[in-house]
Amino acid sequence: MATVTLEQVTVPLRTFELRLSLTVDSTVALIGPSGAGKSTVLNAIAGLTKPAAGLIRCDERTWFDADRGVFLQPEERRVGLVFQDYALFPHLTVRQNIEYARRGTADEYLDRFAIGQLEDARPGSLSGGERQRVALARALAREPEILLLDEPLSALDAHTKIEVRAELQQLLAELEIPALLVTHDFEDAAALAGEVGVLVDGQLRQTGSPTELVAQPADPFVASFTGANLLHGRPVWAGAHTTGVRLEDGTLISTTGDADGDGAVTLAVYPWDVTISRTRPDDSAMNVIAGAISAITELGNRARVTIGPLSAEITVDSLRRLGLEPGQNGYASFKATGTRVVASRGGTG
Amino acid sequence: MRRAVGSGLLIAVALLTLAFLALPIVGIFVHTSPGKLLHQLSNPVVKDAFLVSVKTSLLAQALILLLGTPTAYLLATRRFFGHSLAVTLVELPLVLPPAVAGIGLLTALGREGLLGSSLSALGVTLPFTQTAVTIAVAYVASPLYIRQAIATFEATDPHLTAASRTLGAGPVRTFFRVVLPLARGGLIAGLALSFARGLGEFGATIMFAGSLQRVTQTLPLAIYQEFDIQPDGFTTALAMSGVLVLISAVLLLTLRIALTWQRSPSSRSLSLFGLSSSV
Repeated sequence: MATVTLEQVTVPLRTFELRLSLTVDSTVALIGPSGAGKSTVLNAIAGLTKPAAGLIRCDERTWFDADRGVFLQPEERRVGLVFQDYALFPHLTVRQNIEYARRGTADEYLDRFAIGQLEDARPGSLSGGERQRVALARALAREPEILLLDEPLSALDAHTKIEVRAELQQLLAELEIPALLVTHDFEDAAALAGEVGVLVDGQLRQTGSPTELVAQPADPFVASFTGANLLHGRPVWAGAHTTGVRLEDGTLISTTGDADGDGAVTLAVYPWDVTISRTRPDDSAMNVIAGAISAITELGNRARVTIGPLSAEITVDSLRRLGLEPGQNGYASFKATGTRVVASRGGTG
Repeated sequence: MRRAVGSGLLIAVALLTLAFLALPIVGIFVHTSPGKLLHQLSNPVVKDAFLVSVKTSLLAQALILLLGTPTAYLLATRRFFGHSLAVTLVELPLVLPPAVAGIGLLTALGREGLLGSSLSALGVTLPFTQTAVTIAVAYVASPLYIRQAIATFEATDPHLTAASRTLGAGPVRTFFRVVLPLARGGLIAGLALSFARGLGEFGATIMFAGSLQRVTQTLPLAIYQEFDIQPDGFTTALAMSGVLVLISAVLLLTLRIALTWQRSPSSRSLSLFGLSSSV
């Protein structure tokens, strides 16, 4: 498998500068809010954007080297870029779109992506899922050395998305080239990539496996991006294994996290570590936040229940069993080990 | 009730406008019997003017197409210092009185003009030749094509050209296989408009090329001459006017069809100045 390396690649953007180093030798996801420079990274690798500085290599071949004045045109690199809107040629049929990448390859890819029955159709008449398959087939027909996916799931409705994500997961697992995908959805990134980089304002905040990002988020932003609840407070006592933190509303929480100092701290609590009950739990080892249920959102067979600053993820079965309704009083509880200190100075958040 | 009166008034005004626009066209065809008009088509003045018009128009449009298309593509896809100035320059002939365009062409390309001595050194004399007609027509009609071409190229999805590049096609192949096929309808519409404008060219042509039968006398010039000078020339002028009305109508129809064509492959809407694209 090839390795694509970016060293100090710098692109000036409107309000900030993108600057990052990255090695892509398997499936890597870049996540971050919109406007963080994620697509610019893909464009720089594809040769559609010329960085101001830095180096981009694919194995031993240099695609871009600002110092030596090397800049290979997009057609001189072998890159499979799947655009967010797929960018299928509207005037060409599905077969012609694939042949555009390389002649004589259509049959192989029509077959591989199970789109043979669509070969004479124009992109305009295809569904979102079908368009993505054609775009993937076309990108791979180029026999690229790296596959780049720009927000591969954002153009799809919720139902199609789950289906396409599974397809994409399988494709990426079988793929013999590295892939870099950008998304603003941590869940998608975690489902598709073994390594995830969090890009904010053009800088990589943290890189690691999805599990690492969840277990040890480097800062509040990464924590909230991975779906954690953030609690702000101040440490009030320190014990042998736990630290007590008083939240802004006065609730006392204990954490096994390392909340030293006496400045403001931010704690991350993941929704799946939070339990909801109608009565106060009698386990004194639990942290409890009491309040009215402000929202209940069902997502498939799971539901998010929000009490105060906390969202809990529980099964729909539990939701029904507990008979929870918005407006009712409830208790959100979590263990001290379910909290992670993500910032411990100067009241960030 | 008030709404009914309002919409009745609206319809009345629209009908009045349409009648005002249609009446002169109707006049051309009903003033003299069709037989007499058809008979006039074999008049040598008409035949000569028709040939000069067709020949110079085709040449001028070929020139506009060959030079205007790359220029429009450049102006649509690149931003550079002086871009607005360049676009203004392209559009200027559109608002310039044709007589001014004629004077301008004489002072640029005439014997005493800016390039006059260079041209005569090469043994080229432009004024009062058929080439002068072609140049005058190209000068006056070009903005209609180039403006439309710029709008069409600007409407091309930049992701499609980017996709083409990443799929291994260079800029030239991308232009011919992606940009041009998608712009086809818009370009044809622009060309139809430019052709219609060029065919009716009068002021710049008469000043820069004169009105010599068989050489520089186009249909509009012949119409004026027959109407103004020949004692019994009115019927001839009418016949030629009829021909121009028919050609213009066909061109307009081409334009409508071309614009629908433009819209169907890429769903982007296209605005053609002077003509609404919501047909």
